[in-house]
Amino acid sequence: MAGAASLRQIAFYGKGGIGKSTTSQNTLAAMSHYFEKNIMIVGCDPKADSTRLILHEKAQDTILSLAAELGTIEDVEMEQARLWGKGLFDQKTPGGWINCAESGGPEPGVGCAGRGVITAINFLEEEGAYDEEGLDFVSYDVLGDVVCGGFAMPIREGKAQEIYIVMSGEMMAMYAANNISKGILKYANTGGVRLAGLICNARMTDKEYDLALELAQRLGTQLIHFVPRNNIVQHAELRRMTVVEYSPFSDQAREYKELARKIVYNDMKVIPTPITMDELEELLLAFGLEDEVDETQVGKAAEA
Amino acid sequence: MGPETLEAKQKAAIEEILKAYPEKAAKNREKHLGVGSPNDENQKTCGDVRSNKKTVPGVMSQRGCAYAGSKGVVWGPVKDMIHISHGPIGCGQYSRAGRRNYYIGVTGVDTFVTMNFSSDFQENNIVFGGDKKLGKCIDEIEELFPLNNGITVQSECPIGLIGDDIGAVSRVKAKEIDKVIVPVNCEGFRGVSQSLGHHIANDTVRDFIFDGKVNIDTSDVTATDYDVAIIGDYNIGGDAWSSRILLEEMGLRVVAQWSGDATLKEMALTPKVKLNLLHCYRSMNYISRHMEKEYGIPWIEYNFFGPSQTIKSLRKIAAFFDESVQAKCEEVIAKYQPMIDAVIAKYKPRLEGKTVMLFVGGLRPRHVIGAYEDLGMEVIGTGYEFAHDDDYKRTKEEIFRSTVIYDDVNEYELEAFVKKLQPDLVASGIKEKYVFQKMGLPYRQMHSWDYSGPYHGYDGFAIFASDMDLAINSPVWAHSKAPWEKEG
Repeated sequence: MAGAASLRQIAFYGKGGIGKSTTSQNTLAAMSHYFEKNIMIVGCDPKADSTRLILHEKAQDTILSLAAELGTIEDVEMEQARLWGKGLFDQKTPGGWINCAESGGPEPGVGCAGRGVITAINFLEEEGAYDEEGLDFVSYDVLGDVVCGGFAMPIREGKAQEIYIVMSGEMMAMYAANNISKGILKYANTGGVRLAGLICNARMTDKEYDLALELAQRLGTQLIHFVPRNNIVQHAELRRMTVVEYSPFSDQAREYKELARKIVYNDMKVIPTPITMDELEELLLAFGLEDEVDETQVGKAAEA
Repeated sequence: MGPETLEAKQKAAIEEILKAYPEKAAKNREKHLGVGSPNDENQKTCGDVRSNKKTVPGVMSQRGCAYAGSKGVVWGPVKDMIHISHGPIGCGQYSRAGRRNYYIGVTGVDTFVTMNFSSDFQENNIVFGGDKKLGKCIDEIEELFPLNNGITVQSECPIGLIGDDIGAVSRVKAKEIDKVIVPVNCEGFRGVSQSLGHHIANDTVRDFIFDGKVNIDTSDVTATDYDVAIIGDYNIGGDAWSSRILLEEMGLRVVAQWSGDATLKEMALTPKVKLNLLHCYRSMNYISRHMEKEYGIPWIEYNFFGPSQTIKSLRKIAAFFDESVQAKCEEVIAKYQPMIDAVIAKYKPRLEGKTVMLFVGGLRPRHVIGAYEDLGMEVIGTGYEFAHDDDYKRTKEEIFRSTVIYDDVNEYELEAFVKKLQPDLVASGIKEKYVFQKMGLPYRQMHSWDYSGPYHGYDGFAIFASDMDLAINSPVWAHSKAPWEKEG
């Protein structure tokens, strides 16, 4: 395993569009600022939006775009691919620092994004990014679904040990959370990966908290934090900032601080117990997210 | 050795060999091993073996892949086209020029068979896709080798994995350079052996070469009633050449050779022939059937290994044409008879009664049996790497005696069979060669004729006989035993 023995490697997974990148950056910002943790963010999504709030940039040059530009991955220099955080998060300001790298990937519809993630992580490892003096956390921000081996790279042996699943009370987000748990289970026995908790990024749907809590319990994990919806997150994002930096005394900043504290002191890391599709359906039914279906009505169009 | 004892010995060998396997593997392999009997009408396939199934995992199979079937066998020998091995460098480089497909032309100017054209995939091409690189390869080929008459794109495994659209690139570039570009999705992981590669390649010939799709002027060729095409002869060591002279001597006009020493133009012309002559049934029956269905061209199988089969085949071919051809056919047979008599008189006494075990691909496991038997040698075992049922059905007609049949035999089995049945000669591929030579056994490499050949036709038979004699009667075998293993 790369890096110091005390280095914790964590990853944020979750359905596409759930707010993984926003949640992870705000949380990591709080971990760095309030708890003085030094963090490297590794974005593993071809969209490359996992670091913009830390860097105050639109999008940084990705490892793979640099490789494409220069010819081969061997030509890429670490200083080009890994950038230091701005504002609160650089090395000079008090508190922890954050540095950032994005794997990047091909445009939609061509090539193999999964292989890109593998290539990028190997690059960071070989170039010594994990051996940075004082590094406490590496955080991977991974694209929605674990569609192939490449996107499972961060949870394979020697990489992320703690997985946080960002979800909400919507059906598809819960499906995704359950599927990701299956992926973790697959690698839990060969590597050391564990599920460390669900983060509910609230959509303010009905009974959302209860549902998220129930799912967490079924999966054998905890609902580590319920992040309420607040427009201040979007306001901060417009300035390419995290809430912690944009409005440190806001309620939302305190929420992220609380989540950060729980992650820093988290000692509940489990091998998940994913549930079957039937059980999941029952769960949704029990919480009224789905109506009881009359079997005779299945496949029939609505009446005019 | 009487026939009963040979059969019993062969059956015992199979039983013994299967004992080494775990139950599941033994059950699978049992179906691929059998004893073929020339008189047994009840056998569905020779030895009742099953074939064309996935290899048992963990054994050392001698099979190839779909890419090998397309690039290595069917398309590779087409000499005036450039065949791009699309993907990482290894597949192209390790399959380069090893098959000895002879051709006439100036390599690198108007012919390209022994060169390796590869898109040489790097990590970046996997991640971002290789379509742009393929386009660039085609541009470079056009600039450096303008006399090429067309290009094929032979997909290696990664192309299929990352889903590159080689069809679209080929279409666009073909328009740009005004030549045919054939995308072949022959990724190695497809199918159970190289056999699927043959089929895929045949289908691309059908889809991209026929019906005026190729921008080549064929109006200067007028069809005659005696036009034939040689199908499934890859001109290994000059095989197709020693075949076509016989056909020409009996008054036929060989319009095309598929695909040894072939040009794109002659392939495009083939739908005008009167008869297709099919040598390697396995790799080119598909296109033969297509031409029969689409253009009404009949096809017949023939066998030019050894004089008995050659004479039979010549008469079979002549019977399709008029009396003038038939008369000339007899003249040809009579003309070469003294030469054959001399060859047999010289070598038969040196080879008579020697036993042979074969393991090859394509057509040879059955087609070469007659050539050995003409020399008085006895084939006691044979098998195919990638045959289907129809090949094993045809094999029934070719065996002379009880013959052990092993489909997709692996290294362990072949070695065990050889140890138990003690043949005087093993004839198989390069991967097996040194195992048996180190056991002190005469060996001939029957994929590429061990740097020799041709073996087809009358001329080929003379070389074949001499090669077998050299292998078996070499004085070296008297010295292959270590001093401490010698008795006394």
